Amino acid sequence: MQNIKDTKLGSTEFPSGIRVDHDPDDLWGDSRFVVNIGPTHPAMHGALRMVAKLNGETIESSYCEMGYTHRAKEKLGENRTYHQFIVYTDRLNYCSSLMNNVGYALAVEKLMGIEVPERCVWIRMIVSEIARVIDHLVCIGINAVDLGAFSYFLYGYHQREEAYTIIEKLCGARLTTSYTRIGGLMQDAPEGFEREVKAWVAKTRTVLDEMDRLLTGNKIWQMRTVGVTPFNKEQCLQYSYSGPNARAAGLDIDLRRDQPYLYYKNVEFDVPVCQNGDTFDRYLVRVHEIRQSLNIIAQCADRMKKGPIWSEDKRVRIPDKDVVHNTMEGLIYHFKFFMTGFDVPAGEAYTAIEASNGELAFYIVSKGGPKAHRMRIRGPSVWHYQGISPMVKGWKIADLIGALGSVNVIAGELDR
Amino acid sequence: MDVRTLIPTNGGEAIKKFGEGWRKQLATLQAKFSGDLGNVLFPGEAATDFPIVYVSLAKVIELLSFLKTEPGFEYDFLADLTATDEEQAPRFEVVYNLFSTVHKNRIRVKVKVSEGEEVPTAVSVWPGANWAEREVYDMFGVKFLGHPDLRRILMDYRFEGHPLRKDFPLRGYQIFTEPQVIDPKLLD
Repeated sequence: MQNIKDTKLGSTEFPSGIRVDHDPDDLWGDSRFVVNIGPTHPAMHGALRMVAKLNGETIESSYCEMGYTHRAKEKLGENRTYHQFIVYTDRLNYCSSLMNNVGYALAVEKLMGIEVPERCVWIRMIVSEIARVIDHLVCIGINAVDLGAFSYFLYGYHQREEAYTIIEKLCGARLTTSYTRIGGLMQDAPEGFEREVKAWVAKTRTVLDEMDRLLTGNKIWQMRTVGVTPFNKEQCLQYSYSGPNARAAGLDIDLRRDQPYLYYKNVEFDVPVCQNGDTFDRYLVRVHEIRQSLNIIAQCADRMKKGPIWSEDKRVRIPDKDVVHNTMEGLIYHFKFFMTGFDVPAGEAYTAIEASNGELAFYIVSKGGPKAHRMRIRGPSVWHYQGISPMVKGWKIADLIGALGSVNVIAGELDR
Repeated sequence: MDVRTLIPTNGGEAIKKFGEGWRKQLATLQAKFSGDLGNVLFPGEAATDFPIVYVSLAKVIELLSFLKTEPGFEYDFLADLTATDEEQAPRFEVVYNLFSTVHKNRIRVKVKVSEGEEVPTAVSVWPGANWAEREVYDMFGVKFLGHPDLRRILMDYRFEGHPLRKDFPLRGYQIFTEPQVIDPKLLD
């Protein structure tokens, strides 16, 4: 009698090089089943949903769904004045809301041709970089938690809280900052801001070194991440990957260097680039980017001087409170500003900034008047999330969790 | 002052840096696609920050692949794909924002589409255009010819209407109580 174990039912080879033999004794080996991961699964980083067809533990094919946190921001952008839309930008990438604020303010200022004073630009740079550090700390921390390294996450989270204390002093809010205004800032930085920022930078540097020693060389971490779920340079270009995820694969683009906005031309920083594009490289690029961001913050804090924070342009200037409360014209102007809004001349502009996840852009089409004709938000997460399915094809389901954490898909800017 | 004002802190230096190159590129495009190019808007002259090239519906994919691969152009990065509702005939404009990772400059390609017309899909040029085109279909109802998987992406698959059209009402409800089912065809 023929031994059933000798029966060859064939095998499947996946692009990752993993080979699955179809063993008749193995209950799972030749049976495919469908797993619905998310949208409310704790490892899915927000309301993301993925449907995966598994062969054993290997993902044979999958598709992603999005739209669970869709709040019609682009429609709101067409029906709110430019000033009223600032608060909606907080809720895009909620890990780095300050940077969204800055990007939006730059977009409208570009349409109106407004230049803001020096101090305002330096403060905007500092808050952008603080937001980038926070975002990266959360990303690598949560990624490590997903793969089982919990204490690592607490180191980063402590520094994140310290940063939020600074941000709270700056604008009174932690997450929903709404700090920038068109042509200026909500308020000037408080007394001693530079000193506090520099102290935080010094502390974060030491903590980051500690974190680096704790995890980067860790054997378990490396076995879980090195060479796992790579996305090479060619694929990054095909799927429009940008930011740290693209740089991890050797695609050397950084808008801070390539299309300098704010004063990035005047500060010194390096752009870390890795080659393999796997989960480990995406982690490593972020660790090195935090170091560079800390350098930028220190340079900005050194060069920041006292001065005005508002643009001279009268179209966008919010009237001072004592004028509003003590003169009739001021009160009328105050109401006109907030109820009717200011007119933006006709034109269109695509303003991209290097946000923590990649290219965050506002494509605003104005036909004149206080509301936009089209307010397109290009969030990097949409394009990153689209690449997840081809990325994890042929990898284990546990690697999917690592890949998703390292790509850092944020549901807020994914669904808009 | 408007978008024509050059501001150094705002990326407005692009015209100084790339102006000459853009003029050369546009001249090449005019020579190659003469009959199929519509308006060409240049930053500084028109109210835009990057050059806008209007192209006919039939030639859009040819133009995009030319821009992507031709030496000297190399707009190899599809930064964004979206649409606008112009409220006049032709009703929609599909907008491709391209970025060159080699030369670090940008260009914008636009196609005018009337209601009911189909735009050839850009998935063959950039596979990543897939979801962006689905979003345009979802939000504006512009269909893409030859798209591998043209479903709604942000809204529910039973949703009626296209929310970013200007005539879509701002208030109203569409309530679905049944959950969305898994489509086995998508997993083949």
